Amino acid sequence: MAKYLLLKHYRGAPAARNDVRMDQWTPEEISDHIQYMNDFAARLEGTGEFVDGQALAPEGLWVQHDGPGKPPVTDGPFAETKDLIAGWMIIDVDSQERAIELAGELSAAPGAGGEPIHEWLEVRPFLAHPETVTE
Amino acid sequence: MTPVVDPHGSFDPAVLRRLTPSVLGILVRRGADFAAAEDAVQDALVEAVRAWPEDPPRDPKAWLVTVAWRRFLDATRSEVARRRREDLVEAEPDPGRAAATDDTLQLYFLCAHPSLSTSSAIALTLRAVGGLTTRQIAEAYLVPEATMAQRISRAKKTVADVRLDRAGDVGTVLRVLYLVFNEGYSGDLDLAAEAISLTRQLASTIDHPEVDGLLALMLLHHARRPARTAPDGSLVPLAEQDRSRWDTRAITEGVDLLQGALSRDRLGEYQAQAAIAALHADAPSTTETDWVQVVEWYDELLRLTDSPVVRLNRAVAVGEADGARAGLAALAEVEEGLPRRVAVEAHLRERDGDPGRAAVLYAAAAEQATSSAERDHLVRQAARLNARDR
Repeated sequence: MAKYLLLKHYRGAPAARNDVRMDQWTPEEISDHIQYMNDFAARLEGTGEFVDGQALAPEGLWVQHDGPGKPPVTDGPFAETKDLIAGWMIIDVDSQERAIELAGELSAAPGAGGEPIHEWLEVRPFLAHPETVTE
Repeated sequence: MTPVVDPHGSFDPAVLRRLTPSVLGILVRRGADFAAAEDAVQDALVEAVRAWPEDPPRDPKAWLVTVAWRRFLDATRSEVARRRREDLVEAEPDPGRAAATDDTLQLYFLCAHPSLSTSSAIALTLRAVGGLTTRQIAEAYLVPEATMAQRISRAKKTVADVRLDRAGDVGTVLRVLYLVFNEGYSGDLDLAAEAISLTRQLASTIDHPEVDGLLALMLLHHARRPARTAPDGSLVPLAEQDRSRWDTRAITEGVDLLQGALSRDRLGEYQAQAAIAALHADAPSTTETDWVQVVEWYDELLRLTDSPVVRLNRAVAVGEADGARAGLAALAEVEEGLPRRVAVEAHLRERDGDPGRAAVLYAAAAEQATSSAERDHLVRQAARLNARDR
């Protein structure tokens, strides 16, 4: 068993095939997209593979320690940040093949025109607990 | 057998949980289907944890059977079905001791059935044989309880039509137990101890040298656990472990089990792995380890498994037995890209007197590490070598 993070980017990923900004979709297309994501998560819970799924606001702040006794410095948001995470899903699956299969399905979520977005999702394995038997 | 509730009234849930498979076996024997019986036994265990500290039963197993059977009947809403099941009770003679042993063994086979995915087999074994709750298993594997509940429920459906009357494959059972031991997270629940307890119980129900071999392997590795991590959680490599902290009782038990298994002349991979662990356990230090024999056991293991991981570990042993050059030559036969291969090369390069190359390799190995403890260890190795001239 291994956990994988399926990472969805606002920016920073290669362009999707059906690359239309969400605010240009019809409201029904947006609803269908959200429904697809919810169904996907529910199905993974049913197969015993779902761990977590969260979406992030596009804009955040940068924070830095500014020395003892001083409040932290904040800055941003920076419009030029190249890589911007939109959200994630964490899955617990038997193999990397299964993680890739599921990411592929998630990437097929419908977008503009009701067609699959073909968006690029990043798949990252979690660092696990070290194995006991190593020799 | 250890009493569930000792005369002072203290109560050990682990002892209670060990009764799980035989109680479940009795319910199934009486005609309850596996999935419903398993739920009923879980309910009975929860009830026992609540009631026993105050009011310990004289016969814990009979108590559990009674409560679980009542729960099962309550859950069976249809009166017709109930009648049928009650008829079954009357028709079925009370199982004796041999039957209970048999039931337990069949449960191991069922929970590790080849139709189940690895993760499902693990979850089902921990619950139906180990008597752990879904929540405990979910916490141990860091997934939500709802996800684990679904995993278990699907697993039960998958094996619903499997008949419990045929012997299964011991190898699949051992593999599940090995994974519980080897890949266990270290949460509140001690999965390694759980795996040992499950394997011990299996060893008492079946006469099989590989079962004893696996139990020996677990005990010999578990014995080193106190020395394997520093107080800050970082990994301590075998060469640097304080061997006085190894658990000598576990080592003695492991070695005895292994010798008994080996004397039966049916070698298998777990016995061979345990033999390697025993050679380490027997040595006062890495330099005094009988590396030549370790390499011989790796040759056996390679013959049995032809596994790339074994070939990699063999290269480490060859490096100790015949020098770093020989180790690097053995490593050349290990496929590129195998996890830990770069780390092994780094170690051998350093021993071969090339710290610069070793530092680069350690840093590269850290990036490929599959656990944070391993990554931190490898980064430290790289840092140690990089700091040598400063």
